[in-house]
Amino acid sequence: MKAAQRNERRTKSKSEQWDLRLYIAGESPKAGVAFSNLKLICEERLKGKYHIRVIDLVKHPHVAREEQILAIPTLVRKIPLPVRNIIGDLSNTEGVLVGLGLA
Amino acid sequence: MKKREPGSHRHSLPKSPTSIQGLDEITGGGLPKGRPTLVCGGAGCGKTLFAMEFLVRGATQYNDPGVFISFEETEEELTSNVASLGFDLRDLVRRKKIWLEHIHLEQSEIAQSGEYDLEGLFIRIHLAIETIGAKRVVLDTIESLFSELPNPVILRAELRRLFQWLKRKGVTTIITAERGDGTLTRQGLEEYVSDCVILLDHRVTDQSSIRRLRIVKYRGSTHGTNEYPFLIDEDGFSVLPVTSLGLNYFSSLERVSTGIPRLDTMLSGKGYYRASTVLVSGTAGTGKTSIASQFVESACKRGERVLYFTFEESPTQLMRNMRSIGINLEPWVNKGLLQFHATRPTLYGLESHLTTSIKLINKFEPHIVVLDPINAFVMGENQTEVKTMLLRLVDFLKMKRATAFFTNLTSDGDDIENTDVYISSLIDTWLLLRDIEVGGERNRGLYVLKSRGMAHSNQIREFKLTNHGIELLDVYVGSDGVLTGSARLSQETKDAAEQLLRQQEIGRKQFGLERKREAMEAQVMVLRSEFEAEESEALKVIGIEKARNERFSQDKVKMAQSRKGDDHIKATAIRKSRTTNKRS
Repeated sequence: MKAAQRNERRTKSKSEQWDLRLYIAGESPKAGVAFSNLKLICEERLKGKYHIRVIDLVKHPHVAREEQILAIPTLVRKIPLPVRNIIGDLSNTEGVLVGLGLA
Repeated sequence: MKKREPGSHRHSLPKSPTSIQGLDEITGGGLPKGRPTLVCGGAGCGKTLFAMEFLVRGATQYNDPGVFISFEETEEELTSNVASLGFDLRDLVRRKKIWLEHIHLEQSEIAQSGEYDLEGLFIRIHLAIETIGAKRVVLDTIESLFSELPNPVILRAELRRLFQWLKRKGVTTIITAERGDGTLTRQGLEEYVSDCVILLDHRVTDQSSIRRLRIVKYRGSTHGTNEYPFLIDEDGFSVLPVTSLGLNYFSSLERVSTGIPRLDTMLSGKGYYRASTVLVSGTAGTGKTSIASQFVESACKRGERVLYFTFEESPTQLMRNMRSIGINLEPWVNKGLLQFHATRPTLYGLESHLTTSIKLINKFEPHIVVLDPINAFVMGENQTEVKTMLLRLVDFLKMKRATAFFTNLTSDGDDIENTDVYISSLIDTWLLLRDIEVGGERNRGLYVLKSRGMAHSNQIREFKLTNHGIELLDVYVGSDGVLTGSARLSQETKDAAEQLLRQQEIGRKQFGLERKREAMEAQVMVLRSEFEAEESEALKVIGIEKARNERFSQDKVKMAQSRKGDDHIKATAIRKSRTTNKRS
């Protein structure tokens, strides 16, 4: 599931492409929930303008230090600036929208 | 996975040594191995330095790689902060002995949506431990997470999980925490970390800052429960060690010379006991430092190391003063056998002094330690504290088998022996110096007030500071006690004169006797010769008389014969009787 979704197609839209990274620790239920929640929100609000990258820290532990990730799952919006962090499984949609400035 | 040793329920836990001076003694070997230790204290107590020293010493001395997770300071800040302790973190990191990681949440406000856990933290710590094979871990200060993460409930649960996880990994962990108001830690971490809790305290009393450490709890091990003063200086942490719990230190039979031969004689011929405590007390100017210096010089000549703590004079001044009495200490300083350490005692607290002294003693390993004078500590401090400090120092020195030499200034007019009650029980040999005032002058006197374990002289000896050191003079006891100074000199001359007189008298008498004998013998000779003369005279007369008697008898017989008065036979009888008469 994840492999396919990692290769999301990019749109050729002129507006800024959202670079979203979801950090997880192994394929746990929480990770799955977070991803689907994120996908839903993105499809609804940023259709075609986003790119989600899921990074499994179990597979790439050094990234945790580089990106200063503590909580799992953590969503980081790299682009557009400013960088925004949201921790949690993203089940509270309001919170996500506020956090991403999409509210 | 940590294995329990068989029968370990009867023994202490396995421990991870800290190599922090004094701490391993207090904890009975170090921190609990494979378990978390909580170190709490207020701001600036030294928690981070403590934890860092544990890690660095573990890496350098025990080959235990360590992970330092800092939640407040960055790696650069940490590196430069501990550089002052002489720890080169950069090098250790490069050699993969230490792993430094700064964990914090970038954003000032973290948005939260839904549930989360702190698996990221676990992953990072796991990576750090696995990469260098760490045996020691520090989390400093994990409580910072409470202000960074929105949900304390989750955080607490995760912390509990973390500490269990660390225990299972078998790493010895130090967790630092800020002191709470009325609680050990602000966030109550002591609930989760309860194997060992150490409290650091830093307060200012009487303008001196005092740092103290206390082991609040140490599960499974005996430990010192008092507050122990500690220091942080350019060598890191130093904690005052537990002094010998029983008074069971080794007693030496070896003796050391006092440096003054006649003083050695007063101490049953050999001097002080090694590793004993010697006190020289006296009023100002009585020569205490001189006696100390002569002792020091003789020790250095034997090749022994001496650590001299001076609290009133600077070392140069002291050495200059001693040169004037022929004691030259400078060459020994240059050779490295004599080390001076000068401080004003009021500059630091008592504990700082003690800790510094102990550190220096451990570094230099002297055979003899001099404190000159110890009463410098009494100013402004209460006597109990001073006594405790001295007691600890003396205990420590006995443990180190070093001879302690103290000087003490007493005030004029005090009952000397009584004012020093606070230390008299610590002292093995006590020399008292006093001025003997007699006939308008003061001379120096010395006597042995006590000397445990040996027969000592009870004579008050006069001594002089000459230009070739201290000299004890002959004892001179006159009719009213010891004579010193010019009284002694005059008495000496008087006695000498009297002795001469007596000699002469004896000579004269002997001569007189001889003469009398000669006279007598002459007289005897005269009498004898007189007697002999008379004797011969008398003998002559006796001879003549006898002869006459003879003739008379003969004539009578002849006459009788010629007159034919008697017959022939009778005449023969008469002749016979005459012969017998003649014979008789």
